[in-house]
Amino acid sequence: MLTYTIRRLLIAIPTLLFISLIIFLVVTLAPSDPTANLPLSIPSEVRAQIRESLGLNEPLLVRYLLWLRQFFVYEPLHILDQAFGWSLATDDMQRILSWQTRSPVADLIVQRMPQTLWVVGTSYIIGVLIALPIGIVSAYRQYSWFDQVGTFVSMAGFSVPTFFTGVLLIVIFSVQLGWFPSIYDTTHEVTDLASFWVQVKQMIMPVAVLALYNAAQISRFMRASMLDNLNQDYVRTARAKGLSEQVVVLVHVLRNSMIPVVTVIALGVPTVFGGAIITEQVFKVNGIGQLLIIAIQGGDVPTVQTLTFIFAVLIVLFNLVADVLYGLLDPRIRYD
Amino acid sequence: MPDGAAPVLDVRDLQTVFRTRTGEVHAVNSVSFHLQPGELLGVVGESGSGKSVTMMSLIGLLPSPPAEVRAGRVEFGGRDLLKVREKELRALRGARIGFVFQDPMTSLNPVFTVGYQLREPLRKHMGMDKSAAHKRAVELMDLVGIPDADRRLEDYPHQFSGGMRQRVMIAIALACDPEVLIADEPTTALDVTIQAQILELMKELRQRLGMAVIWITHDLGVIAGIADRVIVMYGGQVVEQAPVKELFANPQHPYTRALLQTVPHLEGARAPRLKVIEGQPPVLSAPPRACPFRARCSHAFDRCARENPARVPVGPGHDAACFWDAEREAPRDV
Repeated sequence: MLTYTIRRLLIAIPTLLFISLIIFLVVTLAPSDPTANLPLSIPSEVRAQIRESLGLNEPLLVRYLLWLRQFFVYEPLHILDQAFGWSLATDDMQRILSWQTRSPVADLIVQRMPQTLWVVGTSYIIGVLIALPIGIVSAYRQYSWFDQVGTFVSMAGFSVPTFFTGVLLIVIFSVQLGWFPSIYDTTHEVTDLASFWVQVKQMIMPVAVLALYNAAQISRFMRASMLDNLNQDYVRTARAKGLSEQVVVLVHVLRNSMIPVVTVIALGVPTVFGGAIITEQVFKVNGIGQLLIIAIQGGDVPTVQTLTFIFAVLIVLFNLVADVLYGLLDPRIRYD
Repeated sequence: MPDGAAPVLDVRDLQTVFRTRTGEVHAVNSVSFHLQPGELLGVVGESGSGKSVTMMSLIGLLPSPPAEVRAGRVEFGGRDLLKVREKELRALRGARIGFVFQDPMTSLNPVFTVGYQLREPLRKHMGMDKSAAHKRAVELMDLVGIPDADRRLEDYPHQFSGGMRQRVMIAIALACDPEVLIADEPTTALDVTIQAQILELMKELRQRLGMAVIWITHDLGVIAGIADRVIVMYGGQVVEQAPVKELFANPQHPYTRALLQTVPHLEGARAPRLKVIEGQPPVLSAPPRACPFRARCSHAFDRCARENPARVPVGPGHDAACFWDAEREAPRDV
């Protein structure tokens, strides 16, 4: 397993280099101008100087290699310096700077990540925790009223877009009932029970919207996987041994059914870090998704390509995690 | 065979129905049989004759819905198993009644070690702790002839061959010293040499442990070699019942005769062609009011379409459900 993991990590290097090239080319070749948002009074010579100072006159290959060096060498050194108070990075090692804010992209991510993890991460965990029992019961009582209701809610949760459910919740609970705030306040700090309650109240609606969406998807997977296993011969064997239904279903069947579901859950984790672009917009959560949208709108090439590349790294990483988990859960899978 | 002893299992008029979207299917119709202590009862019949469903019905192993045991009595240990609660049935399953199923490749849970699956009934029914259960598991692996038991208990099912897995299944079934072992085509999925090994193992285990066995099969050769007594099933009912020698020497029901003619013989003149029984077994949407075999029977006459024959004695310990008397080549007057 360890050799397999190391081998997979080594294979990930060319994969990621290739992905980085694609991202770089797509973002860079897209028609956009970093000076387009500046006031019209700025003369074109100045604009040309600005572009030159941003390095836009260099050949594509040079710009690509410079970005790679910043991403893989300079940034990690700066981050280590910040974290441990070292001084590994010298002054000529320039960080990846956002064109819009002129601050390092890494700092922007650090600012945005807590909101995203709180809202999107919580919704993912809650979604999974709701989905698993629903999937199990739906499969065990297939075609019962519980299963029918579950199927309907999943279909609705899966097919109704989050911008609709989000606005619907705002209309009902913020506008009509006035229970929850419609805007997520990032500056709010949790210091005591009362302020924690405020935090919970502002999280409820975005978390509910995303949890419904996640739960709809995962509960379907769980149900299908349970159904696959409930009719297997080994289930009959377990019953013939006189085991209780609880043990038969929650030990024998569930352990087998979890194998594909765990993979799906692991593969979904990168989307948590990617933020929820639409839901973050609806509830004004200034998370990663919102950062990406603003960077795209502002033609902020370094931010867009760095964020996108980080998502790619996470996706490759969690693919590996899913495969390793698969091997751990299923003794028939052997990696060597 | 101690015929006078009280039977360990006594089944009367068992009736099992499957409710499907297209209507009811009467899979088991008024099946009665008994099992003596220490006896090996062979149950033969073609696919769909109700052999497995009958045995599953006894102990509540059929999924319900769609299955429903509608009538009958199953006496075991002084109780009617069709009346006791699910919890009591569970206490019997795997403890006093063991099961071995057809396909050892799929009958074991792939994600648990063989040791775990073998210890489960021991811990559940005998209340053993982990180390006692482990000790007993090693004994059981030795008993069914799996070498290097201590180490192999930590292996997963996929690390065993088909024959070895069936030995594991037998070990699980025997874990709690059952009085009755129900083996549902335990050798069908195995190749012939492994079949012979499993048969030998079962013969030996039966002598050592003295339990009664119900052996379901469609292989008459297996039955001839292992059974004490045989019941033949057709269309969800028992059509003939006899001690094994009597059945092979003197089959009475036309279906049994036809079945015996489908088996090739090694000795004597070579038959030009093996006989086949034309047609398909019936799928019954209602309890049969006529003989279920009449459409495929060469002796069928008008009475067979009007009444469903009951089993009548035709010899010592031998009965058959047929209106045709094969000895006299004439209809029976009952």
